Amino acid sequence: MSEEIIKDVIIGENEEYIVNMGPQHPSTHGVLRLEVCLKGETVKYLIPHIGYIHRGIEKMTEALTYPQIIHLTDRMDYLSAHINNEAVCLVVEDAMQIEVPERVKYIRTILDELNRLASHQLWWSAFGMDLGALTTFFYGLRDREYILDIFEESFGSRLLHSFVMPGGLMHDIHPNFQKRTKEFITYFRKKLPEYDQLLTGNVIFHNRSKGIGYMSKETAIGYGVTGPSGRGSGFSCDIRKIAPYGAYDKVQFNEILETEGDTFARYQVRMREMWESLNIIEQLIDNIPEGDYTAKMKPIIKLPAGEYFRRVETARGELAVYVVSDGNKSPYRMRFRTPNFSNLFVMNEIAKGCKIADLIAISGSLDLVIPDIDR
Amino acid sequence: MNSIAKYLSELFKGVSTLWAGMRITGKYFFSPGAIVTQQYPENRKTLKMTDRFKGEVIMPHDENNQHACTGCGICEMNCPNGSIEIITDRVPNAEGKMERVIDKHIYHLSMCTFCGLCVKTCPSDALAFGQKFEHAVFDRNKLTKVLNQPGSKLRKEAK
Repeated sequence: MSEEIIKDVIIGENEEYIVNMGPQHPSTHGVLRLEVCLKGETVKYLIPHIGYIHRGIEKMTEALTYPQIIHLTDRMDYLSAHINNEAVCLVVEDAMQIEVPERVKYIRTILDELNRLASHQLWWSAFGMDLGALTTFFYGLRDREYILDIFEESFGSRLLHSFVMPGGLMHDIHPNFQKRTKEFITYFRKKLPEYDQLLTGNVIFHNRSKGIGYMSKETAIGYGVTGPSGRGSGFSCDIRKIAPYGAYDKVQFNEILETEGDTFARYQVRMREMWESLNIIEQLIDNIPEGDYTAKMKPIIKLPAGEYFRRVETARGELAVYVVSDGNKSPYRMRFRTPNFSNLFVMNEIAKGCKIADLIAISGSLDLVIPDIDR
Repeated sequence: MNSIAKYLSELFKGVSTLWAGMRITGKYFFSPGAIVTQQYPENRKTLKMTDRFKGEVIMPHDENNQHACTGCGICEMNCPNGSIEIITDRVPNAEGKMERVIDKHIYHLSMCTFCGLCVKTCPSDALAFGQKFEHAVFDRNKLTKVLNQPGSKLRKEAK
């Protein structure tokens, strides 16, 4: 052992020490281990260790047919399960050159936005709780329950609803769906200002989030940080605008951009996105066209040999699906580019020099879902 | 002097934002409005799940103890987790020919992910989703179920 290491590590002359945050830490929202090097209370660097919940989803897809793959994608980013399902369906529909009925496109887009709302509500609840505001958890989950009830009525499950099939939907929406969604919109428009009063204006919250975890636009692009985390740094990366899918080209909505790049900016992006999601649903919910809920599909789906690529905007960023097919009923190779994987690794860059308590605020503002990182 | 003024203004600002939040929680404390919490174990008798709720896979039988399953095995083929096993038997029918009938439709609830592909792809609509959701048992073997009832027969379509 060299003298330097003895001085550094054993005697501790530099006063540096390494602390494990996780894998069972409550504020990492899953089994993520951050190896944090501290000097005093200041973070010098951190190394994320992933793989605690690796299930090999990409490898499993090679043995399954395309309709069977759908239910695995639920288990990646479980808070935007419907959007993950849609990504795989879009790839299959692209490859087989199927024109999906207009009704399906409208319903899928509405469900995407409802899913995004439910995800942002849970994020808001948990983010407040991470920073010590326990009240937010009850208020966020109270409103999320309305969306989950709508989901349960239409799909039969609350969180992991494999509702989308290649070519359409599993079954038609419930007769009550439109009525209940409209009720929810009027309800939530009244409740959303309460969120601002409870947390956004709070001075303790301001002090803990403003100027913390600064991410420049260059860093965001360099690390591939997408979604609300990237848009908080002014990186225009909304797939709904860049490459519209579903019915997004038929609705008017704004891409939310904030330029401050700190934790509070990322918070503001998500809060404003909730308003925008409500607008999108409101434009579509009355205009769902009549028609079939699924296109005509062959009983066994075989993709023609070739490579296919498609990307969608989940609640956390850009999800891209890449399929290599050799003409069989299961893919030769399937790869998911998940948003959280890129969003996690920027943490080392933006958490340098922060205090360890700010690390909680930063990881909360990136809105990490760990099964999405490990797949 | 300046620092004291700054300190005091921050203090008052802090108190005012705290008051804004406390007003909301106070409002709900005294007038909760719609009570959303369900008293779950107490309301079991009145609790009704939605029609499409995916509790478990069941095989509906009619009053003559007849079901619609022909034993084709499409659900077994479509299941991504191998949670369905079908054991068929060959028995002579009325004309004396050997006919394939279902012996056991085994369903492993412990492996099921409720993707709904078996119910969706069944050509004779023999499977459905049940509303029961209280599946906790002490022995894992109890989660392996035989869906066709003993002595049940295939429902003959009226020709």
